[in-house]
Amino acid sequence: MKRNLFLFLCAAIALMLMAACGAQPQPAAPEEPESAEAEPAEEVAEEEAAEEPAEEVAEEETAEEAAESAETMRGTGDTLNILYWQAASTMNPFLSGGTKDIEAASVVLEPLARYDENGNMVPWLVEEIPTVENGGVAEDLTSITWKIKEGILWSDGTPFTAEDVKFTAEYCLNEEMGCNALSYLGDVESVEAVDDLTVQINFGVPKPFPYGPFVGATIPVLQKAQFEDCMGVKAQECTDQNFAPIGTGPYKVTDFKANDVVVYDINENYRDPDKPYFSQVIFKGGGDAAAAARSVLETGEVDYAWNLQVEPQILDSMAAAGKGTVVTAYGTSVERLMVNFTNPDPALGDLRAVWTEDDPNPHPFLTDPVVTQALSMAIDREAIATQLYGAGGKPTCNVLPAPEIYVSTANDGCLEQDIEGANALLDEAGIVDTDGDGIREKDGVPLQILYQTSTNSVRQSTQALVKQWWEQIGVGSELRNIDAGVFFGGDPASPDTFQKFFADIEMYTNNFDGTDPESYMGNWLCKEIPNPDNQWIGNNMPRYCNADYDALVAQMSETAALEDRAELAKQMNDMLMQDYVMIPLVHRGDVSAHSNTLEGVRMNTWDSELWNIADWTRASE
Amino acid sequence: MGRYLIRRLLTAIPTLIAISFVIFAILDLAPSDPTGNLPLTIPPEVKEQIRESLGLGQPFHVRYLKWMQQFFITEPLNILEETTGIAIGDSEGRFRLRSWQTRGPVIDLVLERLPQTLWVVGLAYLVSIVIAIPLGVISAVKQYSWIDQVATIFSMIGFSVPTFFTGLLAIIIFSVHLGWFPSFYDTTHQVTDWESFVFQIKQIILPVSVLALFQTATLNRFTRSSVLDNLPQDYVRTVRAKGFREYYVIMTHVLRNSLIPVVTLVALGIPTIFGGAIITEQIFRINGLGALLIIAIQGSDIPVVQSLTFIFAILIVLFNLVADVIYGFLDPRIHYS
Repeated sequence: MKRNLFLFLCAAIALMLMAACGAQPQPAAPEEPESAEAEPAEEVAEEEAAEEPAEEVAEEETAEEAAESAETMRGTGDTLNILYWQAASTMNPFLSGGTKDIEAASVVLEPLARYDENGNMVPWLVEEIPTVENGGVAEDLTSITWKIKEGILWSDGTPFTAEDVKFTAEYCLNEEMGCNALSYLGDVESVEAVDDLTVQINFGVPKPFPYGPFVGATIPVLQKAQFEDCMGVKAQECTDQNFAPIGTGPYKVTDFKANDVVVYDINENYRDPDKPYFSQVIFKGGGDAAAAARSVLETGEVDYAWNLQVEPQILDSMAAAGKGTVVTAYGTSVERLMVNFTNPDPALGDLRAVWTEDDPNPHPFLTDPVVTQALSMAIDREAIATQLYGAGGKPTCNVLPAPEIYVSTANDGCLEQDIEGANALLDEAGIVDTDGDGIREKDGVPLQILYQTSTNSVRQSTQALVKQWWEQIGVGSELRNIDAGVFFGGDPASPDTFQKFFADIEMYTNNFDGTDPESYMGNWLCKEIPNPDNQWIGNNMPRYCNADYDALVAQMSETAALEDRAELAKQMNDMLMQDYVMIPLVHRGDVSAHSNTLEGVRMNTWDSELWNIADWTRASE
Repeated sequence: MGRYLIRRLLTAIPTLIAISFVIFAILDLAPSDPTGNLPLTIPPEVKEQIRESLGLGQPFHVRYLKWMQQFFITEPLNILEETTGIAIGDSEGRFRLRSWQTRGPVIDLVLERLPQTLWVVGLAYLVSIVIAIPLGVISAVKQYSWIDQVATIFSMIGFSVPTFFTGLLAIIIFSVHLGWFPSFYDTTHQVTDWESFVFQIKQIILPVSVLALFQTATLNRFTRSSVLDNLPQDYVRTVRAKGFREYYVIMTHVLRNSLIPVVTLVALGIPTIFGGAIITEQIFRINGLGALLIIAIQGSDIPVVQSLTFIFAILIVLFNLVADVIYGFLDPRIHYS
């Protein structure tokens, strides 16, 4: 609400100033910005989603072999037009405002290793992925050593060395800089350039999963020579560097217009003499998701469009024009209902929704698993997924929906809506409607829920559906939506943030970067509970505190074997689901579209969608 | 006249300072967070560091004075240096006004986007003036004729149908179905020869027509009613009684008198050209100032929003003065002394 006020004030100022002079400017009615959590940074491609691109790749390889007799494929293509309806604001991923910037930069800047479309790590600028077996990771798990491939050059022709990697870590670790990839360098103590092509990263604690630094598009390597004078506060001032970083990728930046367009030309020093195929790439921004979808699917003006969160019916009718293909990849994003275990009653004043060890301040009815189970049973997840998310969602009963090895099947019963069962459950527990108003009471407290989320048309439709189902089991709800900028903004002075959670139920999507769920599962530790003492910073929105759960998290941080880690993650997921800490609704995918003439796209949600742009080609018509 | 101008310019200074304070204060008090749109996977401690690095930790008055200094001293000096090439003082060490989204200087963003806005919105404005004024005069002189009826219908449509609708309609008809024009504006296009000029015309035609339809409607109605007001006046009857041709009567006497309110409207409308057509630029993906304002508001990029709104304020104050000065030429009855 407050954020709406902000938009309104901005618009009002602009309008007053302009209207004062008689002519009418267009009313400023901006599109709701796609909230950040709607663009998961890195997610995985589902098996089935990956199948089709894999075929395309096979075709492309034969095409390449055929072309080998001819001299080289490099630069034989025309211009590749990419449309990200949220334009890139900067080309420096460490100062970026979100996925759009990171992906724009990923065409130029590369990490040491990437995730492929199945979430597997692939060595990118290095010889191999270090493991304990091949000696790349120390036995005590406190260091990892990467061997850089020989002969990699920056686009300015200078060699790529271990010094660049070391520098990038120092650049981001600088406290005055405000580096948004800082969490990837968690526990990093030092980075050593052993020799030109060997870099060793030392951790302060044993890291069972040491692949945080320099794996994935979020944390690529910058050139030391270019960014040397941009440390700390000066990082902000290096506009030339931030707008045109020198990279090792297949393309280099030739023109950058902030919040509008990026033009790339071929990097002549790219390591594969046969690639890339396209002679130029234009990365255009602006408009909205529907217009972007139209440009690929209906008019065919662009070759690739990203993040097409469009109503399923509209997307289907556009795809029917036959000019392009919609591609989806499922990562770790789950739209879920968070259940407030503390009492958010305004009458409590300063103690509202505050959990402390001595006084858990329990919610009058949501701490009863019978109530939350009934709430979950009443929801038809299939209907929400197909009607509101279309290609971009499928029903789920887990908060940890991917990668495959971590997925539990213990909770799949929730996929079936069961209103009768939910009613019976509540009746049995003696939670019945005593005063005849259609709403059940538990110990005299009516089951009346304040249900909040961010402003977004899909979310408001979900709210309306859920409200209607809950009514059928005698649970009343009041719907509320808050602008994404305020809701996710985390301003400790605002009562409307998702951390303060001054409501009974709140709904949003969360996910984790990369493929390792350890830190994500740590979100529901007792110490992660937001409260006034920690300025409401913390990820445990439901205020769930369970010593058994904390013990599992601790155990995982000491476990290195993948199978054991998976088993632990499943246990944690099941514990959260069976205690109804969260009610998962939809496993959300990333939806993009590419032109039918574009080949080689392997839709990737774990890394940048443009991760293999060097392999993209145009089908000969 | 000279003294009048100086007096007006001097009174503009406190006005602008007051406006700058109001803009800064309102935007500062409004709840918004530049890190609110970052992915949830970025931990809150890191977000706090990002906020600090943007200078959000300082108290209100310090930030206001800093902004004033950047806006009135640093940036004009920089522009001066860039245009003349003369270094004045410590040009490297100056703390420039930076966008939170791009971390680039705000003024560079504005200068980069100004040409597109002037081209598209300015051209639409010009087109609408060229169409609206003659049409308005004809409508008034031949009141209730078929041409007046058609013009009235068009004005009503242009007036009441919003550009976000006409824009989409134009895209669907002319880009999707007929395929005549591109559905969005290629901002990297450069006019070098005849062919590229034709392309420029093609890509500019849809946004210009959509905007022109809207502005023509307003101006046309205004001109028409103004001419209608003048036609029954005594001085017109006198001129006619003298036996002058109707064409002369209209063009020399009626038109000149009728244009006074129209000129005000036109002059005061010029700042809106710089403001860009916010929605139209967004629909056609023109990287103009209007689109910049929207992106900045969505991304809580307060320095850009503050600077843009303030630039608009300056332009409006300035063109108010210009309109007043033009009166003096058009209407001899108005004297500034």
